[in-house]
Amino acid sequence: MYITRSCLTQILMFRRALYFHIGETEKKCFIEEIPDETMVIGKYRTQLWDKQTGSFLPSTPGLGMHVEIKDPDTKIVLSRQYGSDGRFTFTSHTPGEHQICLHSNSTKMALFAGGKLRVHLDIQVGEHTNNYPEIAAKDKLTELQLRVRQLLDQVDQIQKEQNYQRYREERFRMTSESTNQRVLWWSITQTLILLVTGVWQMRHLKSFFEAKKLV
Amino acid sequence: MRRARAPARLLLVPVLWAQLLCGSVWGSELTFELPDNAKQCFYEDIIVGTKCTLEFQVVTGGHYDVDCRLEDPDGTVLYKEMKKQYDSFTFTAAKNGTYKFCFSNEFSTFTHKTVYFDFQVGDDPPLFPNENRVTALTQMESACVSIHEALKSVIDYQTHFRLREAQGRSRAEDLNTRVAFWSIGEAFILLVVSISQVVLLRSFFSDKKTTTTRVGS
Repeated sequence: MYITRSCLTQILMFRRALYFHIGETEKKCFIEEIPDETMVIGKYRTQLWDKQTGSFLPSTPGLGMHVEIKDPDTKIVLSRQYGSDGRFTFTSHTPGEHQICLHSNSTKMALFAGGKLRVHLDIQVGEHTNNYPEIAAKDKLTELQLRVRQLLDQVDQIQKEQNYQRYREERFRMTSESTNQRVLWWSITQTLILLVTGVWQMRHLKSFFEAKKLV
Repeated sequence: MRRARAPARLLLVPVLWAQLLCGSVWGSELTFELPDNAKQCFYEDIIVGTKCTLEFQVVTGGHYDVDCRLEDPDGTVLYKEMKKQYDSFTFTAAKNGTYKFCFSNEFSTFTHKTVYFDFQVGDDPPLFPNENRVTALTQMESACVSIHEALKSVIDYQTHFRLREAQGRSRAEDLNTRVAFWSIGEAFILLVVSISQVVLLRSFFSDKKTTTTRVGS
């Protein structure tokens, strides 16, 4: 009974997800642009191509994936080695573009002779990370209360995103103002340089030709 | 104690099976970088009859365009567009199997692109997994459901707005760095050219002391 339950839970953890193929040394990166204090949960499952059967094996021990997550200031938030099935989670502390990179780090490189690895990946952000049946059981909520809780979480996410939008717009505005300033100052400086070099050239050449008794 | 446990365990297995068989209830949205001359494919196993939506948008890079192609398990092309900036495609799965969609940047020689896509399969999972609706939803519950749907579309619009803003912002930052480098470079070139002009002109006259003809500039 318990074995059945654990098997089913395992299947359910990954019953359906998007997958893609990755090479041996290939590094796949995904970008998540998120506001601050947002939770991100990523789950992956890897399968190795078996040349003999001509299909992907259900699971292979020894396969590992290295997960590296960088925050918007390119500081490493998480850098860990996981097994062939993994679950990683982090909460953002600065708003912006976070980069989630995966690359295989197999302990048995010989396994990779075929060169293909199938990675099932699921990344959930913000309110999608909430497990409502679990919350309902823990806080003992009725159905209506749970629905309202879900709505509250959604509105919270919208608020955070709008706050983040304000911050981004400010950055955008600062960048535009900086470009404006730079264009203005450099135009003036370049015109001055042009005039100064022109005047210097003429004076220098005039004195040169006078010295050569050509003028 | 054993008697109290047994019914709970008996309930759990059918509940889990029900969730498993509930059909595809999935949605993945990812943003990834597509290098030049590269193609990236994603696969998903879909059950027949599921309504799916694929939406994509190019966030940064070049002319913000990418080739997209969606194929069903037999290889029939369901959707194919070249050099599209953003699009949304809804279809109902006619067959069981692995559907494949690919983004290609093979037409580009040196710009790499950042592509966002959202692939929704089926509807959202129900809040209560062991929900077996015998009675209809109350007014409060149906109001909650409609607010939930409205908020989902608000979040969706926010995502699209964020992507558009990211596009504009990356162009602006690019422009800012370019203006800085080009101004410094140009000032340097100006000085070098003007000094070398004078030096070159002087070198024309330095050996020919007897020449009296004026050499026009």
